[in-house]
Amino acid sequence: MHEASSKHTQTVCIQGGTVIDPGHMNGRADVLIQNGKILEVGYPLKHPVHQDPTVTILDASGWIVAPGLVDLHCHLREPGFEYKETIETGAASAVAGGFTSICCMPNTQPVNDNAAITQFMLTKGQQAGKARVFPIGAITKNSDGEELANIGELVEAGCVAISDDGRPVMNSLVMRRALEYAKAFGIPVVDHCEDLHLTDGGCMNEGVVSTELGMPGIPDASEEVMVARNLALAGLTGVTVHLAHLSTARSVELVRHAKAQGLPVSAEVCPHHFSITEEAVRGYKANAKMNPPLRTDEDVQALKQGLIDGTIDVIATDHAPHALQEKQLEFDTAPFGIVGFETALPLTLRLVQEGILSLEQALDKLTRAPAQLFHLPVGSLKPGSLADLVVFDPEEEWVVDPEQFYSKSRNTPFGGMTVKGKVKMTFVDGRLVYDAR
Amino acid sequence: MGLKRKDLLAISDLSVEDIELILTTAESLKEVGGRDIKKVPALRGKTVVNLFFEPSTRTRTSFELAAKRLSADVINFSPSTSSVVKGETLIDTARNIESMQADIIVLRHSSPGAAEHLARFVRSSVINAGDGWHAHPTQALLDLYTIKEKKGKVEGLTVVIVGDVAHSRVARSNIAGLHKLGAEVRIVAPPTMLPLSVERLGAKVFYRFEDALIGADVIMMLRLQRERLGRALLPSIREYANLFCLTSDRLKLAKPEAIVMHPGPLNRGIEISPEVADGPAAVILDQVSNGVSVRMALMYLLSGTA
Repeated sequence: MHEASSKHTQTVCIQGGTVIDPGHMNGRADVLIQNGKILEVGYPLKHPVHQDPTVTILDASGWIVAPGLVDLHCHLREPGFEYKETIETGAASAVAGGFTSICCMPNTQPVNDNAAITQFMLTKGQQAGKARVFPIGAITKNSDGEELANIGELVEAGCVAISDDGRPVMNSLVMRRALEYAKAFGIPVVDHCEDLHLTDGGCMNEGVVSTELGMPGIPDASEEVMVARNLALAGLTGVTVHLAHLSTARSVELVRHAKAQGLPVSAEVCPHHFSITEEAVRGYKANAKMNPPLRTDEDVQALKQGLIDGTIDVIATDHAPHALQEKQLEFDTAPFGIVGFETALPLTLRLVQEGILSLEQALDKLTRAPAQLFHLPVGSLKPGSLADLVVFDPEEEWVVDPEQFYSKSRNTPFGGMTVKGKVKMTFVDGRLVYDAR
Repeated sequence: MGLKRKDLLAISDLSVEDIELILTTAESLKEVGGRDIKKVPALRGKTVVNLFFEPSTRTRTSFELAAKRLSADVINFSPSTSSVVKGETLIDTARNIESMQADIIVLRHSSPGAAEHLARFVRSSVINAGDGWHAHPTQALLDLYTIKEKKGKVEGLTVVIVGDVAHSRVARSNIAGLHKLGAEVRIVAPPTMLPLSVERLGAKVFYRFEDALIGADVIMMLRLQRERLGRALLPSIREYANLFCLTSDRLKLAKPEAIVMHPGPLNRGIEISPEVADGPAAVILDQVSNGVSVRMALMYLLSGTA
């Protein structure tokens, strides 16, 4: 999908780092890249790099070298909301955060429910030349939740999954049909689990803080009843349901139980949901407003447990840029969502620092596991793989400064936070697309 | 001495001493309303803007009267639609008003947190006159004043708040204020009208009106918002009135000298019977006149001239 560029012929050796290729390798190794592919990984390399003048040597001493990160859930806003983000700025933000493959949700204007929009997104992604862009098509026409979109056409055009994210399919029969129909194409169906009747205009977690703030709340049950429905439908149809951004303890429990029964289900969690709680909303901070909302400490602990025991397969950003003027509105009228690409890795690394996941496990949730779930040809450093890599310093501390983001938007609750772990280099197709050395 | 703060956004902003100061100041300002010439020059040359994004007659009038009795210049600004519909944000509207050298902005808005949001953006003092379901601190202050006036104290009293607490800023602010001053607060309503974890605000929860009334010193009725009916919170007004209307018979369950309060406007025959509303226990009109004194005190203490 990426046009061959002359740079492909360049041979690059990433030297001196620790290579973590989840499931395959974890240790000191050098990586040799040629023609956009991984040629060799090892220490010492068989290839005589020091005798070969065509090899560019890049020093990664003390740093981690891993497959480029894969995000199954982001919003690139183009077409339709270019004032929030474009595919170009989104893809630039992605590689700055170490992401080399990003799956973008169809809630654009117009909705990505036809091949023309999918092709537009793919073309824009190629033109940007940063992260690989994998569109997710709509489940229903215009994501209205009524008639199925032309799913065959979407898959043919390059969609890797289908979802009506943000406008969840409320009609369970439509969801059943979508799952059945998707079976023929072997693509996962992604659902944002939310019962809109239960949400009833809520805009933060329903609980102690919403009661104090006088804010309409979104109950846990709003997510959980739809998780339970989707699990039942996965059982009925035998088709994999991918549950987007789980946020509650009971959702994790439901999925754990379903997996134990062998139901075809996968689940993701977002860094913000395991990093902070509803307390962050105090002061009516619209940058702490997202859907599903920030929950309680008990939920945070359950999400972490779900990551440890594999109930939760992947970490996804739900990168959702919004313009300053939108987030400056009163809390209840401001839109849901926060940007995520440029903070996801350090927030995930906190789990490693806390001893919850090993570094390899954490990276697995951001690389191999998501690539496998959506059948993407990335997420590995085995020889012959696409040369998509991230190189990061796991020790470097830095302060999140939204003004420095590559994203067009700055809506994050993590501004000013000191985090550890900084992306140094990102490669896509063997090209150095982000360089912060 | 004044209040050492720019804004009044919620009762939680205030210490017990702050509340006492406001109530004592209100007491000394109350006699102004009884004079032939109902005016003192305390805020002469100051500008107070009533910025009301929600319709309100009594609160706006009360603030207007309070400011005028202090000789402030008062502007009433009531955008007829919400900021979003109008295409101008709350902040831009407020900055425009601030540029006209408003000293105090009194804000009523449908969004919880709107006053706090505004206070961050403007230098003027902001008084929250009601933000969504969140807070209505001057209502709580005038209620505290009225209770103190009638009962001589707040501490140790048993106060029952009756009705839709979940959607009531009056209830939230009163629970906070009463709790702060040491009253025992009971709330009673159908469970559909109580917010999650409401006990954490410092109130005891009852579902049967009669149980809650036993031994009560103060009964504070909330107005039933009829638009709640369509949202599955209540089967019918009739059933609500059967279960939660404060009638003369129910009133007998409270202490003999109990007082009855209501923030208005009344739904006679729904949450309060006419006999009770017009009876000797009701202090509803005292609340209204005390509202002016309390708001005078607050504006005076926030203005920096105190």
